[in-house]
Amino acid sequence: MEKYAVFVPKLIKKKENFAPGHRACVGCAEALAVRQTFKALGRDVIVVNATGCMEVVATPLPHTSWCLPWIHTLFENAAAVASGVDSGLKALVRKGRRPDRKISVVAIGGDGATSDIGLQAISGALERWQDFLYVCFDNEAYMNTGIQRSSATPYGASTTTAPAGKKSIGQVTWKKDMPGIAAAHNIPYVATACPSYPFDLMDKVRKGALTPGPAYIHVLSVCPTGWRCAPELAIKVGRLAVETGVFPLYEVENGRYKLTIDVPQLRPVQDYLKLQGRFRHLSEETVKEIQDRVSKDYAKLKEKIECMQKQDR
Amino acid sequence: MTQRVGIEVSRAVAIAAKLANVDVVAAYPITPQTHIVEDLSEMVASGELDASYIPVESEHSAMSSCLGSVAVGARTFTATSSQGMELMHEVLYVASGMRLPVVMAVANRALSAPISIWGDHSDVMSVRDTGWIQIFVTNGQEAFDNILCAFRIGEDRRALLPVMIHLDGFQLTHVIEPIYLEEQGDVDRFLPRFEYPLPLDPDKPVTMGAFGPPDIYTEVKKAQDVVLTSSKEVILEAWKEFGDIFGRYYSPIQCYRCEGAKVLLMTMGSFSETAMSAVDAMRDDGHAVGLLNLRLWRPFPFAEIRQAVKDADVLVVFDRALSFGGPGGPVCSEVRSALYSLDKRPKVVGFVGGLGGRVVSIAGFREIIERGTRIASEGTEQEFEMFGVRE
Repeated sequence: MEKYAVFVPKLIKKKENFAPGHRACVGCAEALAVRQTFKALGRDVIVVNATGCMEVVATPLPHTSWCLPWIHTLFENAAAVASGVDSGLKALVRKGRRPDRKISVVAIGGDGATSDIGLQAISGALERWQDFLYVCFDNEAYMNTGIQRSSATPYGASTTTAPAGKKSIGQVTWKKDMPGIAAAHNIPYVATACPSYPFDLMDKVRKGALTPGPAYIHVLSVCPTGWRCAPELAIKVGRLAVETGVFPLYEVENGRYKLTIDVPQLRPVQDYLKLQGRFRHLSEETVKEIQDRVSKDYAKLKEKIECMQKQDR
Repeated sequence: MTQRVGIEVSRAVAIAAKLANVDVVAAYPITPQTHIVEDLSEMVASGELDASYIPVESEHSAMSSCLGSVAVGARTFTATSSQGMELMHEVLYVASGMRLPVVMAVANRALSAPISIWGDHSDVMSVRDTGWIQIFVTNGQEAFDNILCAFRIGEDRRALLPVMIHLDGFQLTHVIEPIYLEEQGDVDRFLPRFEYPLPLDPDKPVTMGAFGPPDIYTEVKKAQDVVLTSSKEVILEAWKEFGDIFGRYYSPIQCYRCEGAKVLLMTMGSFSETAMSAVDAMRDDGHAVGLLNLRLWRPFPFAEIRQAVKDADVLVVFDRALSFGGPGGPVCSEVRSALYSLDKRPKVVGFVGGLGGRVVSIAGFREIIERGTRIASEGTEQEFEMFGVRE
């Protein structure tokens, strides 16, 4: 990563499409991820935003942080609105009423909008082969409404609707595998990303947006407010999620899995958990349970990749 | 010269959407709306209509897709019914609040439970306050004509509002009627191309759907009410021009044999034609009765209603929906409140019936008029009375 310090100005456009001055919390890695995403994509983009933090912090009437054409309607329907944008554009281009130029339709939503309430609309849009990119900015709970659990909340995390207590460890279910669900639609491109790895994220976003047909990217977005970690550690916590194997960075191109950041020696999950207040209550036993699951899932992912590589040979 | 052809009303609605040269159709199947969208998808498949057809996975996504396609400036049509409209309920408010002129045909049908695929106006009344322009049609020709008018009205820059055309499920959607299917050239003359003022466009970025803090929300809602109320002018203008081109004129309320009528019946939708036959029969017997066929439901035609009832002693309002535990028929309760401030007003008697596909015959409407007159003369009006209940 160090080598990029020299080249950064040449690698990234200066133009911001998600302007500063919005009301995101200090240390919000989701705002950072949004900024990186739309810096990478440039101007020929239409953004469809689900209700959630990013919509609320960036567009209180009459202000906006968006320098791109942007639409927000409801919570669970970003993929459906994006379908209309995509099909509408295609019809108008076909009928000669819009110039024939590639415009990337990008729907964005949080983990609640994606893996809970909007899952049906996303599945429908992926299955119909709409030409769009869906990016889930996953901060692992309903942060906008006050840290309520979602199906993307990790096992053992304490949230306001699955709080830790004498009789509960907090979240008692394992995180829903949303990238896996997207990949099961056999779409051309699925990836995971994290703004702690900006170049990896931007490459994937560009790839996803340029892929004809549907693409899905799942971005882990550290939320210092909801995760109860220090704001200045947001980037580090994101790195640790990857280095511990809690959130591996991979892509699935036409069904082929590939790790984009390979971690030869995973760090113990405790390195990741201990920086976050939401896991503070966990017993050694639960930490071990999490460690076992992470190790197993990571091994499974690597096995899948190796198996595919073998087939290729 | 346009030919009058015998055709199923659903097909005529689809042909109207085709003649409007829609760019996008997003729809989900639900009885009794299906024939409309089946026909449209066939037209797209055969190349007869150059449009994107989005076979969405739910009505919620149908209306949501419509928002997206109108937002890029595409003329957009959908159709639904009953539970489908309930599922898209929250999206309906967004279409009007964001001034996205979708046109939707609604094959009116009862709401569950118990499940009923047959017609009434429960679905219409549940979306009364969604901010859409809403027009009831009486027959197939009106359905065809008003689909064309809906695009013209909704897309007018003074309106920019979504429009629902309500046609009774089965009783209209599935019947074959003689309908004038107009020529493309005439339709093009009536209906200009859709130019949305500020579409989503990278060359001119706009933020659509920002959230309304308390210091601005009230003003936004006031503006929305003003625009919906004043859209009546746009509607009247469109109907006038439609009449000038095609020879069929429409009005917010059709007054049928109202001259000198002391007793008036008010109905909506396809039942109005049955009620007309009842009025004919009673006129033949020497009774001074007439019918008000309510076409324009939103914006509500206050002035026209007050004018239409000014010489009547009794107004009987027949609703096909029920506000449970409330004033009975939603139309009746609105009419009552519209007349309340008048010094001289007819006695208003409300009936609710025709629910879930229950037929009201000519004899039935005659009974309703007679019973309503008797109740009014005896002064025994209650909030409403259910008609045709088997006890």
